This record gives sequence, structure tokens and C-alpha cells, in this order.
Amino acid sequence: MTATMTERKLTMQKAIAEAIGQEMERDDTVFVMGEDVAVYGGIFGATEGLYDRFGGERVMDTPISETGFIGAAVGAAVHGMRPIAELMFVDFFGVCMDQIYNNMAKIHYFSGGNVKVPMVLTTAVGGGYSDAGQHSQTLWGTFAHLPGMKVVVPSSAYDAKGLMISAIRDDNPVVYMFHKGALGLGWMTNNPHATGPVPEEPYTVPIGKANVVREGTDITIATIGLSVHRALDAAETLAADGISAEILDLRSLVPLDRDAIVESVKKTHRLLVVDEDYRSFGMSGEVITTAIEGAFDYLDAPPGRIAEPDVPIPYSRPMEQFALPDVDKIVSGSRAMMSA
Amino acid sequence: MEIPRDDLVAMYATMAKIRYFEERIKEIYYEDKLPAFDIAAGPIPGEMHLAAGQEPVAVGVMPHLRPGDAITATHRPHHVAIAQGVDLKQMAAEIFGKDTGLGHGKGGHMHLFSVEPSFGCSGIIGEGMPVACGAALAFKKQGKDNVAISFFGEGAANQGAFHESLNLAALWNLPVVFICEDNEFAISVPKSASTAIADNSDRASAYGMPGVLVPDNDPVGVYEAAGEAIRRARDGRGPSLIEVRTLRLWGHFEGDADAYRSDEYKQAMGDKDPMVRYPERLISEGILTPADADALKKAAHEEVDEAIEFARSSPYPAPEDALKHVFA
Ligand SMILES: Cc1ncc(C[n+]2csc(CCOP(=O)(O)OP(=O)(O)O)c2C)c(N)n1
Repeated sequence: MTATMTERKLTMQKAIAEAIGQEMERDDTVFVMGEDVAVYGGIFGATEGLYDRFGGERVMDTPISETGFIGAAVGAAVHGMRPIAELMFVDFFGVCMDQIYNNMAKIHYFSGGNVKVPMVLTTAVGGGYSDAGQHSQTLWGTFAHLPGMKVVVPSSAYDAKGLMISAIRDDNPVVYMFHKGALGLGWMTNNPHATGPVPEEPYTVPIGKANVVREGTDITIATIGLSVHRALDAAETLAADGISAEILDLRSLVPLDRDAIVESVKKTHRLLVVDEDYRSFGMSGEVITTAIEGAFDYLDAPPGRIAEPDVPIPYSRPMEQFALPDVDKIVSGSRAMMSA
Repeated sequence: MEIPRDDLVAMYATMAKIRYFEERIKEIYYEDKLPAFDIAAGPIPGEMHLAAGQEPVAVGVMPHLRPGDAITATHRPHHVAIAQGVDLKQMAAEIFGKDTGLGHGKGGHMHLFSVEPSFGCSGIIGEGMPVACGAALAFKKQGKDNVAISFFGEGAANQGAFHESLNLAALWNLPVVFICEDNEFAISVPKSASTAIADNSDRASAYGMPGVLVPDNDPVGVYEAAGEAIRRARDGRGPSLIEVRTLRLWGHFEGDADAYRSDEYKQAMGDKDPMVRYPERLISEGILTPADADALKKAAHEEVDEAIEFARSSPYPAPEDALKHVFA
């Protein structure tokens, strides 16, 4: 990257909106629909400024009819468009999941590969700000469990733009999840990791490639979304203890970069998975299994995980903080594994 | 219809309680959140949807309720819960995330659940309507003459759950009343941009039930329409849909810049504030004196202040209490 390219910094929210805008400019078939995406610019700003630039034909506010408009996105995708549909919070998938997992994700397969569904389903995930159990979940494990859709979760502004452009150009349905706490929104707790260098011109980040965001030799911390930021902060503390943590940002759950997990564990011999999603039957179990299958003989300690303890996310702050991953839990979990 | 004076007065007293509760919550919500608004900070974190302006919808229904009746409400639930008589202290404590709250701090402001009176709400749009049908189904099976009331916004009338619920309720002749709180906006989206017809009450005819429109955010109009609908339901004559034109005086949630509504629009709403219009009317009709109105207001404020004080001074749940109550 040249010096000028790295100069400009954006929040992840602005990087997402820029990516969508650039793709809309390049490709007439790209359009956006969702609740409050037009005049409001998206509750999380993912479509900020696009209504003014492209108008209501291409940036469409919808009624609160998720089954209707997400199903309509599927139909439009099958018929030559590249829709981006926003499900405001992932927690709302309950009212429209049929269109997502029985339709969007299966049509290509049912058609024996003949019909394509090139659409992006954007959605906000994550807690930590006391929005309670219907507005705080991540649920990426739920989507990743169901075959036929890619599941992408950026953790940096740079990745957010590149992954969004890849998602729009992908011929498959892509669920693009942005963590509210990683967007750099003015009304969320300030997060310095949410802002980073973003080139102005369009570029892609491949979907399915994990990223070593910090190299280390003693323990692999594999994670995704906002927990990448938590793990980076934990790694600083661990470094002061003489523990060298390698942070692996998975960036997508589908496809999962299993090679990167195995490779890192072969190097560090220890694995801690940090997952803001529910503990059981999800990402943490899958990543650990991948390590056991691919690097069993290299492990010096049983793999560990820090995840939401299988309870609905509680509202009250002390309980929510107890339930969600944080820097302290990652530090103590890593220390415990080092002394195991 | 001749409305008992006590009901007219009680509606005002409850409106005063609701408005003051919302004002206090609003004020406390911003504690420690400013100057750089941080949604996670302060004594009341998270999203906050307040119902100032929508008091008439809630208070007009309540005089007709009996013990054992059930209510489902929305992400904007306080006015309905207060009007139904949900314990104010426990409700306030829940909003503060305290162990003494309705749900021991598990649910928060969008997830208030009370056993007696039977109240529930949800942050998912349209979620309460099928549940109200279920409560009504239970009453019917149990041979009770109780009714279920489902409150929902006009935005929810475009959700599948609305249409499925109306059909179920009519098909099974359930004692349920659907009350649409039409404040014209679903966050930033006006009804004209989301709904193919002007009046949701017209949709009732598609499901074979009465549909009534109450214009003008009038507590008395709501009282009359709800009285008729609830009588029908209790008598086994089936469900009804009532649409009330109401006002959301403040932003969708606290912290909402509310830039999608013009200054003129907001000014016009303020001019129609039911907390000004309704007591003026009661006074001009000789039902209340200004002194009566003040006394009622004062009593309502005291009750709210006490509840808020209870909430503030209550302890938080222990962190590991997060693990409790997943299963019975
Ligand atoms: C299924 C679902 N979709 C979207 C939302 C996000 N959301 C919360 S409130 C709201 C607007 C609701 O409008 P309305 O039903 O008219 O109620 P009001 O807020 O005006 O009281 C929306 C879209 C949600 N909570 N649930």
C-alpha cells in the first residue's frame, strides 16, 4: 500500500456505506432495500448518503415486512438484479428466516446449479450496551449452520469495505454481519479499533480467508467481529506477562478458513476461541474441532473457549457483562491455558 | 354513550402518571450519557422508546378491563403497562436493571412481564398479536369471560403476524381486541410510504370483524370504541380491530435526531398535546376544577417519584444471576 492510500481513515460504518455506493455506481443492478435505509440512512448508517445520491428507486424504504422484502430480494436476485437487503438487527430473523434459509440459501442447489441468487443480506449483530435479549445477539453460528449462504463478519474498516464489495460481486447469497460496537458510531461507546485506513478506490478482500491480525508464538486466539478488538487489547496485556498471542480474525464463518486455523495452532500449540455467540453447537465448537482434526498432535493443552454461556442475553449491565466476552476474560483464559 | 365521571377523571389521572413517568425516565436516561451520547452508559442504558402523546390509547381501554384480562404491548410499552396497573415500582426497577424489577433485570424496558395483571411486551414488531390470540383461546377453553387486548403500532400492521392473527381470531371467534396505535411513523418511515391503504381499520373487513377508526387521539373516543369491542368479546361475539390516530411527541427512541419530521410537523403535534387538551376539556365541561386537576397531577407525580426512588435505591442483580431462569 502506498503512503497516500493509507492516509485516509474511515470508521467501519462509513467504509460499508462507501463500498455500497461505489458498487451502485459501477453496476446498475445493485440496489438496496430495508427499513429506514433511505431517508434515515440505515439505523447503523450502512446506507448513509445513498438515498440522496441514488434516489428512492435504488434505495428503498420498506414496510416492516421482512418476509416480504427479503423474499422479494431473492426474486429480484434470481431475475438479474443484485439486491442488498438489510435486516435491521439479526435478532429479527425469526420473522423471515424461511425466505433466508429455505429459499435464498437453497435455490441454487435445488436447481442443480442452474439458478443463481446473487444477493447480500446485511444485518447488525452484537451486544454490550444493554439492549437486552432481542437486540444483542450475534447468531452467526445459526446462519453458518445452515448450508447455502456465506457468512461474513468484518472487524476493521479496511476489511468491511473489501468484504462488502466481494459480497456484492459474489454470485452466491452472502450474509454480511456488522457488529454495532465495531462500526465507530457516534452513539456507541468509543472504540478506537473501529477507525482505520481505507483506500478510496474500490478493492476486494476475498471471502473465506482468515487474517492473522497479530502474530504470536504461544497461543492462538481465534475469533471474529468485535472480539477481534477485545483479543488485540488482551494480547497487549499478555505481552507484558511474556505471553505471545497470535490473533486470528476468521473474517467469515462460511467459508471457514480451516487451513489458517490448523496452521496457526501448529505454530503456537494452543488454541483459545473467543465467540460472542452462544457457547453450544456453534462457532467455538467448530473451530476447536477443526484444530483437533488437523493439528491434534501439536496441541499442548486442551483447546479452550470463551463464549456466551447459553443464556438469553440479559438486560442489566452486571449480568450482561458476565455473559459476554471481554478483555479480562480473554487474558485470564489465556493465562490459564499457558499454565495448564 | 354516557361516560361515568369517575372514568373520565381516572383517565386523566392515569394520563398524568404516564406522562410524568416518561418525563422522569427521559431525564434520567440522559444521566452520564452526555456530552458524547453513549447508549451503554448511565443508570438506564440501552434503547429507550417513550410514549409521550400516546396516553389516550392506553387509558381509554383500561376502564373496561377486569381482573384476569390479558394485554400484550410493544417495544413502546410503558403507557399501556401503567394504565393496566402493572406494579409501578417493579416496572421502574426493571427499567433500571435492578434485582427488584419485574424480571430481576433480565428483560429491561422492552421486555416487561407481569403475572397479575397479565401483561407482556416484546421488542419484535408484531410479536404480541398471536400471543393475545392464544390468551383469548385459553380464556375460551376455560369458559372465562376474560378478554385479551393486543396493542401494536401502525408499522406492525404490515407484518405477517398481524394478518395471521386477525384471521385466526375471527376464524376461532376469539375474545380479543386489536388496538392499532397509529402515530404515523415507524421510526423514519411514514405510513403513507409503508401502507397501501389509508386506514388500517379498513383491513378488519377482510377478516370479517368490525373495524373502528378513532380520529384525533381522543381518550373518550378510545373509551367508547374499546367499550363496545370489549363487550362484544366478553359476550362471545368475537374480535374487533380499533385504529387510533395518535401522536409520538418525541423521537422514535431517545437519542433519535428526529430529522425525518419537519419542525412544522413537530409544532403541530405539540399544539395537539393530549395532556393539554384533555384536562382543558374536563375543566370546560365542569367535570374537573383546575384545583382538582392539579391535585390529581400531584398525586400521580408522587407515586411516580416514589417508584423511581425505589428503582434507584434497589440493588443490582449479582453478575452470575445471568445463569438463572433459563428453565423453570
Ligand atoms: C420484526 C422487527 N422488525 C423491525 C424492527 C425494528 N423496529 C423497531 S420499532 C420499529 C418501528 C415500529 O413502528 P410502529 O409499529 O408503528 O410502532 P412505533 O414505534 O411507532 O410505536 C421498527 C422498524 C423490530 N423491532 N422488529
